[in-house]
Amino acid sequence: MSHTNESRLEADGQLTDEQLFGHLSEAETVDLSRRERLERVVDAYVLAPGRVAWNDWRTRVGMLVITAFVFFGTIGPRLVTAPGTNQAPNNLQPFHGGIAALWEEGGWIDFGFSHELSLGAISIPGFVVRYPLGADNYGTPITRNLVHATPDMLEMVVAGAIVSVGLAAIFGITAGYKSGKTDELLMYVTDVVMTMPGLPLLIVLAAIWSPRRAWLVGVILAIDAWPGLARALRSQVLTLRQESYVEASRTMGLPSRTILSRDIAPQLMPYILINFANAGRQVVFGSVALYFLGVLPFTTANWGIMMQTAYSEAHALVNLSNFYQIFWPMAAVVVLSFGLILFAQGMDRVFNPRIRARHAKKVGSDEEQLN
Amino acid sequence: MRYFVKRTLHAVVTLISVTTITFALFRLMPGNPAQAMRAQFESQMEAGGGTADPEVLDAMVEQHTGFDPDQPVYVQYVEYLQDIILYQDFGHSYVYNAPVFDILFAAMPWSVFISVYGLALGYTTNILLGAAMAYKEGSRFDTYTTVLATFLNSVPYYVGAILFLAFFGYELGLFPTGGRYNTSLETGLNVRFMASISYHAVLPIMSSFIVGFGGGALSMRGNSIRILGEDYLRVARLRGISSTRIATRYVARNAILPLYTQMMIGIAAVFSSSVLLEFIFTYPGVGWYTFDAVMRRDYPLLMGSFLFFTIVTLIGILIAEFTYGIVDPRIGSGDQSESY
Repeated sequence: MSHTNESRLEADGQLTDEQLFGHLSEAETVDLSRRERLERVVDAYVLAPGRVAWNDWRTRVGMLVITAFVFFGTIGPRLVTAPGTNQAPNNLQPFHGGIAALWEEGGWIDFGFSHELSLGAISIPGFVVRYPLGADNYGTPITRNLVHATPDMLEMVVAGAIVSVGLAAIFGITAGYKSGKTDELLMYVTDVVMTMPGLPLLIVLAAIWSPRRAWLVGVILAIDAWPGLARALRSQVLTLRQESYVEASRTMGLPSRTILSRDIAPQLMPYILINFANAGRQVVFGSVALYFLGVLPFTTANWGIMMQTAYSEAHALVNLSNFYQIFWPMAAVVVLSFGLILFAQGMDRVFNPRIRARHAKKVGSDEEQLN
Repeated sequence: MRYFVKRTLHAVVTLISVTTITFALFRLMPGNPAQAMRAQFESQMEAGGGTADPEVLDAMVEQHTGFDPDQPVYVQYVEYLQDIILYQDFGHSYVYNAPVFDILFAAMPWSVFISVYGLALGYTTNILLGAAMAYKEGSRFDTYTTVLATFLNSVPYYVGAILFLAFFGYELGLFPTGGRYNTSLETGLNVRFMASISYHAVLPIMSSFIVGFGGGALSMRGNSIRILGEDYLRVARLRGISSTRIATRYVARNAILPLYTQMMIGIAAVFSSSVLLEFIFTYPGVGWYTFDAVMRRDYPLLMGSFLFFTIVTLIGILIAEFTYGIVDPRIGSGDQSESY
């Protein structure tokens, strides 16, 4: 295993051209141990992207926001009591008592040795937090409602994003690569779906199936989200299909399926992953809109349903003292989609090969070689 | 010329497909609207003391939906298409007891009015802002505007609409909170009536501006920056071409192209958003009637408005595509690519 070049690598920490590309004759004799190979894979696919991602504040904020929502969506409902009517006084204002509540009695944070804040199995004595975001007309605490709506929302986002990105990938990649009649047919289908106005179509579909399961809502919302992405992917493939390595595979007589999965799909993965976040955002917008309109069946807690109740029952727009009731669910939607967008933008940098090369440990950066 | 014919044909085929889907959806609706309607008329007539004559019932259902429920599906389908194409008959609304076409035709200009202005405003701002950001790339202005644009991108248009309505409408009382115009005014081509129309449209247009705003400014910024690094710009500068000409002819024109394509997709988004916006602003356009139709289960009106939205979107996309040929002379040349 002792290789002559290995010592040089440790000396200056950079690979020479020979190590990078190797002599053809030597290629078979270079024999990496399994551990070394694993290290390289981890460095190339996990550590380098991780470093690039963490260096960008957008990815950091985006990841933080998404992690927070995943936390509230998975563990949240176990920590927070299920919402119900009359758990709190009706129309309770958020942060009731204001900052004074920090030291006065009866506010949203109440200190006192008789109190105990319990989070699941852990209990913290000394104070208690009471309905920090207030309660609606029926005395349902808004915090509990928000938290208990998160799991369904995540389910919708994941299901919707997977289906829409999947459909877009199948349509866009096949159309772009196959060209000719297949392309025409697939793009025709895409155009028809793109032309049909999204929200009215979703309203009609929701009326037909009235989906009760969260993932089903996500799948229905995906119908509106995929055509734009399919078009974008197709134009990407159109440039890739002329590349020399694709031509080479074609000349070798490899089946289209192999060329698509080995040569073309890996080039598109970054683009697809970024659009995963965007599709998720579209599903959030769409589902909250449909629940707000009251088109989807009233099932469990949902941000859109909270907005609908605040709008029609508490008249939150006319009576601005009730505005907080519609504000919190809207804030949840905005923050979640802001996180998704930031994450997508940050990941864009991760997949940009130039930036990534600069951060890879074992490869000399472009700039140093240029200077 | 061939291109125009091909595109128009394409639009017609799309329209027929959407009509087919609409028909299929109509048949799939819970409880099959046609049969439900038939049962409803039957009970109405029996309550009135008369006997339900099946032929009369069928005639009534046919008047409302545009197809005879007792005929085989394919005959119904052909009749439905025939009615729409030949007689512009989209059926008969049972809530308003009027032809669907008349209701929607009266409401359509209002929806187009607020949507088109919102779209135009949104894209103009996008282009100007994006160009300014690219010009000042890396400056503090660029950084802050990028963050702001990203944030605005993550605000759904209906959240914007709710905020506008609550604060500018109800709290400050600056703008009306609903309706299309002041009903006490005399309708017609007089200044006060026109002013009232624009006054009532300000908030809806501001909200649909958010729909058009989207990520446009950011993509315009990206396109401009990429083009600013191109060789032909350096050549242009060396040739001594004035900087205004470079900015408008070389940079702006090339940077706008991708945005123009994006706008075609945007047209559909803007028209579909009008359901929510018109609901929030109680603005009786096509969107408001669509929502009303859903709530009152007025299926003929719902399907009619669905078709109407598609037709308007199709016309919008067609106009965009034809003008695209003017903006980008390369269009249509790269169509013939080898198929594998």
